[in-house]
Amino acid sequence: MSDHAAAAHLETSTGLDSRKVAIWTFIGSECLFFATLISNYLVHKETWLSGPGPFPHEVWKSPAGQVFEPIIEIPLVTVGTALLLFSSLFVVLALANAQRGNRTGLLVWLAATIMCGFFFVGMQVYEFTHFVHKGLTLKTNLFGASFFTLTGFHGTHVTLGVIWLLTLWIEAFRGKIPPEKSLNLEIAALYWHFVDVVWIVIFPVVYLIK
Amino acid sequence: MEAHGSQPVEHTHPSSGVYVKIGVVLFVLTALEVGLYEFTYGEHSGVTGHALQPFFVPLLLALSAAKFALVAMFYMHLKQDSRLFTGVFLFPLIIATVIILALIVLEAYHFAFAASG
Repeated sequence: MSDHAAAAHLETSTGLDSRKVAIWTFIGSECLFFATLISNYLVHKETWLSGPGPFPHEVWKSPAGQVFEPIIEIPLVTVGTALLLFSSLFVVLALANAQRGNRTGLLVWLAATIMCGFFFVGMQVYEFTHFVHKGLTLKTNLFGASFFTLTGFHGTHVTLGVIWLLTLWIEAFRGKIPPEKSLNLEIAALYWHFVDVVWIVIFPVVYLIK
Repeated sequence: MEAHGSQPVEHTHPSSGVYVKIGVVLFVLTALEVGLYEFTYGEHSGVTGHALQPFFVPLLLALSAAKFALVAMFYMHLKQDSRLFTGVFLFPLIIATVIILALIVLEAYHFAFAASG
């Protein structure tokens, strides 16, 4: 890191930038937030008496005799997962270009990250719509309530991340993210990676484990 | 960057090549997760797939933990950055893991108790 870049940082008694300490503290609190939602899902996922069940390859018959088809589409969610993983790679490449002062590289990789996030949110909107058409809503049963709460909050985080990265892309396009201000992107990238690691947990727990 | 004498607090981030290699590994691990699911529970899962079922969850969680660690260490730069960031992240993460495990055990106990009458 150059002296110029170091001077731009808001240093604390630890020698670390206060904004970076703040984002890590926020990420730490988010760990607890998502832990409660994941716990809630795990506790309630098998306590449903009506509506479609959670397992992708199983037809379920309710006590009332109604038959529900499997609802989770693993191929679709796998594509979404790959998009989110690629977006994590793209955002670190954008950061590396920002730190080197390569504006074109920064704009290209950041745009790729935003597109991946955008398509992930689109995938989730499609999935939620599909579930509602299959008879699973937030109010159908405890599985539906805990599933939509968990994945919905994650989707909201992705959406906020896309908006955040979009504002940074506009800043970069105007030439307002020189190497000495690359920390602005690094903080957003840390948030984006956290959203990715949360999905790394949600994907097997919700979609693959029976 | 050096701060307060000689104590280093931030280090150089990995090269773009390292990021791409990590990306490939993450993609392969995700493919393994889905492949493991298809092999164990998919339409064409055979006797071997059925035999894998007791190991399915531990294997899946191990793959997930490996992906989590790679992103945290390399993409979030915890491997190079100050140890303080690692502590700020790991401490709540450990609490979060304990909360999840405790609730699962509590719920399993609740169901076992209810089933026994």
